[in-house]
Amino acid sequence: MAGSNPNAKPMNLTLNVWRQAGRHAEGKIVEYKVKDISPEMSFLEMLDVLNEDLLHAGQDPVAFDHDCREGICGSCDLFINGRSHGPEKGTTTCQLHMRKFSDGDTITIEPWRANAFPVNKDLSVDRSAFDRIIQAGGYVSVNTGGVPDGNDITIPKEIADRAFEAATCIGCGACVAACKNASAMLFVSAKVSQLALLPQGHAERKTRVENMVAQMDKEGFGACSNIGSCAAECPVGISLENIAMLNREFLVAKATSNNLA
Amino acid sequence: MSWITKTLTSSIGRKLIMSVTGLFLCTFLVVHLVGNLQLFKHDGGAAFNAYSHFMGTNPIIRTIEWGLVLGFGFHIYEAFALTRRNKAARGQGYAQWKAEQNSEWTSRNMGILGTIILIFLIVHLYNFFWRARFAGDLPKMGGADVETADYDNLYLAVVSSFQLWWYVLLYVAAQISLGYHLWHGFRSGFQTLGLNHRKYIPVIKYAGYVFSVVVAAGFASMPLYFFLFTNERGEVVSNASSLLQSVASAF
Repeated sequence: MAGSNPNAKPMNLTLNVWRQAGRHAEGKIVEYKVKDISPEMSFLEMLDVLNEDLLHAGQDPVAFDHDCREGICGSCDLFINGRSHGPEKGTTTCQLHMRKFSDGDTITIEPWRANAFPVNKDLSVDRSAFDRIIQAGGYVSVNTGGVPDGNDITIPKEIADRAFEAATCIGCGACVAACKNASAMLFVSAKVSQLALLPQGHAERKTRVENMVAQMDKEGFGACSNIGSCAAECPVGISLENIAMLNREFLVAKATSNNLA
Repeated sequence: MSWITKTLTSSIGRKLIMSVTGLFLCTFLVVHLVGNLQLFKHDGGAAFNAYSHFMGTNPIIRTIEWGLVLGFGFHIYEAFALTRRNKAARGQGYAQWKAEQNSEWTSRNMGILGTIILIFLIVHLYNFFWRARFAGDLPKMGGADVETADYDNLYLAVVSSFQLWWYVLLYVAAQISLGYHLWHGFRSGFQTLGLNHRKYIPVIKYAGYVFSVVVAAGFASMPLYFFLFTNERGEVVSNASSLLQSVASAF
């Protein structure tokens, strides 16, 4: 089953997969062999093959997170061979293809590691800490009433582009997984920058950054050391400029907001 | 907690303190390095001793010195606080971890580099600062000049210390660590303050690299110079043969 490319030779691989029965269970790395993997398969399709083999053998399949499988939803979250989303730059796990590996390779697959991201089962992690950070301030207030004119609020293209770049964050958590400190600063900075850049986000500008950073700290994420692993591993290329902007927003808000608590 | 303590104990607040104290300590390094360059003046230590006497007795300098103590204190305290928090944030570690493929070694090992610098700092302060300021067991300059005869001869203490191979080794190792610490720290300090602009970031980055190399090489040149080229009174001698002997005796 070599797919549509006649030159693509099927591969045999050894997988070291983290298995953990439940949130409070002890986990360990278990070795599996998979055969006849097409180089044209995606990484998740390769895991589907493994799970089919496991099911046929009457074993528990490997749990992993996935949804759209086209790189836009941010559900997939595998730590492959020591890197978030594997060795390829600017790619989610679902868009990583087996042609990036060679026949006979050993691939180590682990879940995101952070205290704020507990493991549900095997490779699936609970990222609701991100949801709670968004709930703390990642929104804008919109007045009800008539539809405003499209050109009512002018936004320079450059600002719109920068906001859009920040808004491309899919919230997968690769930044937290790759960070030595398990810091969520790149994620939070993308969300804060996106809204701080646009006039629609100015109503809650100060309370947003104060509340989102407070929630980030409460969830137990680490602090940023400006190492840059996060931006290097980010599948959509969120840059460290956003973290500088988050720091500015936070310090200005703390110094000037009316919040005394 | 008031909003100020809340701000300064948040993750970003702690980084702010790291950054402000770190950049302040960079200015101290410049002053310290420039002052110490007087060691290279071949005047038997007259200029260096007069300078160290001034630094040890001038009331303005003595006041600023407390700022320096606080700067080091907070920088070190926050380093421990942040390291604890960051270690706890990961919890269970990875079986395979390829951080070298996505980041610089120096930026991931600021704590180790800082610890080497801290060990050096304790030895360094004990040997020179403590003895000059509190122990009072340094030799006096003496000589014909009545005013300077009573000054501590710190120059002699420095130069004779730099005849010990293990002491020189500690100094050079610490300066290499300092260089790597600054390599990441200088640029990182600006980033934490939010000073990241695409026009100025390249300037800050390369200024940081130059700063790291100049400071580390400048400080390391002093023990190396006195160890390799002078005797214990700072007089230039050809020391190559005794150097080989001391290296041989070290093993």
